[in-house]
Amino acid sequence: MANEHTQMWQELGIDLKPHETLLNALGPMYQEIYLSQKNRPQGMGFFDFVVGDIHGVRVKELREHAKNGGKVVATYCVFVPEELVWAAGGIPVGLCAGAQFSIPIAESILPRNSCALIKSSFGFKLGRICPYVQVAHLIVGETTCDGKKKMFEILGQHHPVYVMEVPNKKTEQSRRLWLEEVLAFKEVIEKLTGNKITPENLKNAIDMVNDRRRAFQRLYALRRAIPAPISGKDALLATQVSFYDDAGREIQMVNSLCDELDERVAAGEGAAPASAPRILVSGSPMAIPNWKLPHVIESAGAVVVAEESCIGTRFFSDLVEPSSPTLDGLIKAVADRYMNIHCACFTPNEERLDDIVRLAREYHADGVIHYNLQFCHTYATEAVQVEKRLEKEGIPLLRIETDYSDEDTGQLKNRVEAFLEMVKR
Amino acid sequence: MFTGLDVGSRTIKLVTLDSTVRDSVVIETGISPLQRCRELLSGREYAGLVVTGYGRHLVAPELGGQTVSEIKAFAVGSRYLYPDCFSVIDIGGQDSKVILLAEKGDVQKFEMNDRCAAGTGKFLEVMAHTLEVHISEIGGLALRASKNIRINSLCTVFAESEVVSLIARGEETGAIALALHEAIATRLEIMMRRVGVKERIVFAGGCSHNRCLRTLLEQKLRNCLTVPDSPQTVGALGAALLAKTAQIAG
Repeated sequence: MANEHTQMWQELGIDLKPHETLLNALGPMYQEIYLSQKNRPQGMGFFDFVVGDIHGVRVKELREHAKNGGKVVATYCVFVPEELVWAAGGIPVGLCAGAQFSIPIAESILPRNSCALIKSSFGFKLGRICPYVQVAHLIVGETTCDGKKKMFEILGQHHPVYVMEVPNKKTEQSRRLWLEEVLAFKEVIEKLTGNKITPENLKNAIDMVNDRRRAFQRLYALRRAIPAPISGKDALLATQVSFYDDAGREIQMVNSLCDELDERVAAGEGAAPASAPRILVSGSPMAIPNWKLPHVIESAGAVVVAEESCIGTRFFSDLVEPSSPTLDGLIKAVADRYMNIHCACFTPNEERLDDIVRLAREYHADGVIHYNLQFCHTYATEAVQVEKRLEKEGIPLLRIETDYSDEDTGQLKNRVEAFLEMVKR
Repeated sequence: MFTGLDVGSRTIKLVTLDSTVRDSVVIETGISPLQRCRELLSGREYAGLVVTGYGRHLVAPELGGQTVSEIKAFAVGSRYLYPDCFSVIDIGGQDSKVILLAEKGDVQKFEMNDRCAAGTGKFLEVMAHTLEVHISEIGGLALRASKNIRINSLCTVFAESEVVSLIARGEETGAIALALHEAIATRLEIMMRRVGVKERIVFAGGCSHNRCLRTLLEQKLRNCLTVPDSPQTVGALGAALLAKTAQIAG
C-alpha cells in the first residue's frame, strides 16, 4: 500500500516491504493494548496520533531539519547528554528498540543470547526498517553494558557511530572521567554540526530540557493520587514518545495532559478504581512498542503508578543546575546531573535501592514488580539486592524476566495475577 | 453445590463440593478446552464456579465463572487437605511452582519456572517419548538405573539432543532416565531454596505420581513429601473452595 510517506522512506533507504509489515502489525496491537482502554484522558489523543503516524510526520520534520543543514543525533540511552546536541542546533532522538519484529534480523549476526533491546535496535538498522535511524547523521552509543558496547562496534560498520564511556563507579575518579567524556562529546557535536556551543545556547538548551523534565515530574506526581488518574500504559507512552518528539511540543502536550489530570484528581476520577492494586515497576527500560508487561499487569485489574526505569523516573527526576555563567560551569553541571542516574551498570548502586523504596512509598504502591530483560545481567543480578532490601522494608516484590516475544504471556499472567491476589488492597 | 475447574495445558480437572467433596474428575484437555469444559459441566447444578489453570480466561467468561491463579488455588486446596501444610510443590504440564504459605493460609511467596517447559511434566513426556517408554513408566525405569550420569541442560530442546547423544553412546536407558529426573529435581530444589522450605510439604500435580521424582526431591530437601490421594485435583479443589467462600461472602 503506497502511503503519503512512501517516497520519503524510499529516499531514506528503507526496505519498504518488511517496513510495511512492521507498520501493519502495530495498528492492531495498538488497538488491543491502548485504544481498548476505558476512561482514558482526552489528552492522550495527541499520543495516539503520534503512534498512528509513527514513521511519518516526525521523520518528515527531522528530514526538513536535515535538508536545511541541521543534524540529527540518535541515541539509545539516557546517559547521552542531549543538552549539548540541542545547544549546537542539532536534534537528538531516542531510537526505538522495543519491537520483536527486528530481532530475527539481528540474530543473523548477533549472538541469540543478547538482550532483546540490543537485538531489536541492531535489527532496525540492519534491516533498514527504522526511518529514525536512517535520518540520523550520527548514532551515539554508550558503555552501560558489555552487550551494547560490542554491538556498537558492529553497528559502526553500517552507520556512523560514536561511543561515550560511562564509568561503572561513582567515585571522584569516575566523575572526572565522565566530565572528560562530556567534554569530548561536545567536540564531536561541534564538529558534526559546525556550530560552537556557547554559554548562551547551552543555557537555553538546559532550560528547555529541564522544562520537559518538570512536565514529567508533574505528570508522575499526579499518578500518586488514589485513584490513579491515568493508566500506567498511557503514562509510559507519553514518556516513550518524548524520546523522539520535539521537546517544545512535548512540554506543551504533557502539561495540557496534566491540566486535565488535575481536574480528574480534584473530582476523584480514576483510570482504574481506587481499590485497584497499585504497582511500581522497576528495572530495565521499556522502549516503544514494548508494552507487554504493563498490559499484563493492567489487564489483570491493577494499575501501574510509576516506572523506576530509564523510560520512567530516571529520565526526568534530576534537573541540570542552570546557574553557572561560564561554559565550563554549565558543562560540569550537565555532567553532574547525568552521573546521578542510578543505572545498574554502576557498582555499588545502593542509591537505586533507596529510590525504589522511596518511590513505592510516595506512589502508595501495594507492591513492586521488578522487570528485567532476559540476558540483561546487570538488572537481573541487581534484582537480588532489590529483593533483599524490599523484604527488609516489608514491600512485596515479584521478579519477572522476559523478552519481547509473546510466547510466555500465559506464564506472565499467572505470576502477575498470583502476585496481585497477594497484595490486594 | 460449588464447582472448581482447573483448565490445564494437558488435563482439565473438576471438583464439586458442598459440605464435603462430592465429585472429582480428570479428563484430557485436547484441542478445544471450552467444549470439554461445557461437556464436563452439563447436567451439573452449582451455586458458584471458580476457574483456574492456563485456560481460565478462555473458559470463565463463557461459563459465568470467576478466575483465580493456580498459585492461590493450590495453596487453598493444599491447606484444606492438610491444615498443617506450609509448602506446596506442583509440577504441572506447562510449568512447575513452589508456594510458601503464611500462618493463615495466604500465599506468602512463590516461584515458578521460567518461560519454557524445562522442569515440567511436558519435559518428562518429551523425554519418555525419546526413550520409547510410556510417561507412567519413566519413573520406575529411572529407579532401576545401575549407575549415575549427568544431563547438563534443562532446556527441553537441548536436553533432548543430549539424550540422543547419550543413546548413541550406548548409555543404559535407566541411567538416562535417572539423569533426567535429577535435572528436574535439582531445578525444583533451587526454587524451593528461594522461597524457603517449611514443613509440611505437599507434592501436588500429575508428576507427584512419579516415584523417582518424589524420592529425589525428598533426598534433596531432607524432608518427607505428602502426596494427596488425588494430587492432580488440588487446584480444582482450591477453586471449588474459593467458589464456596465467595458465595458465603456474598
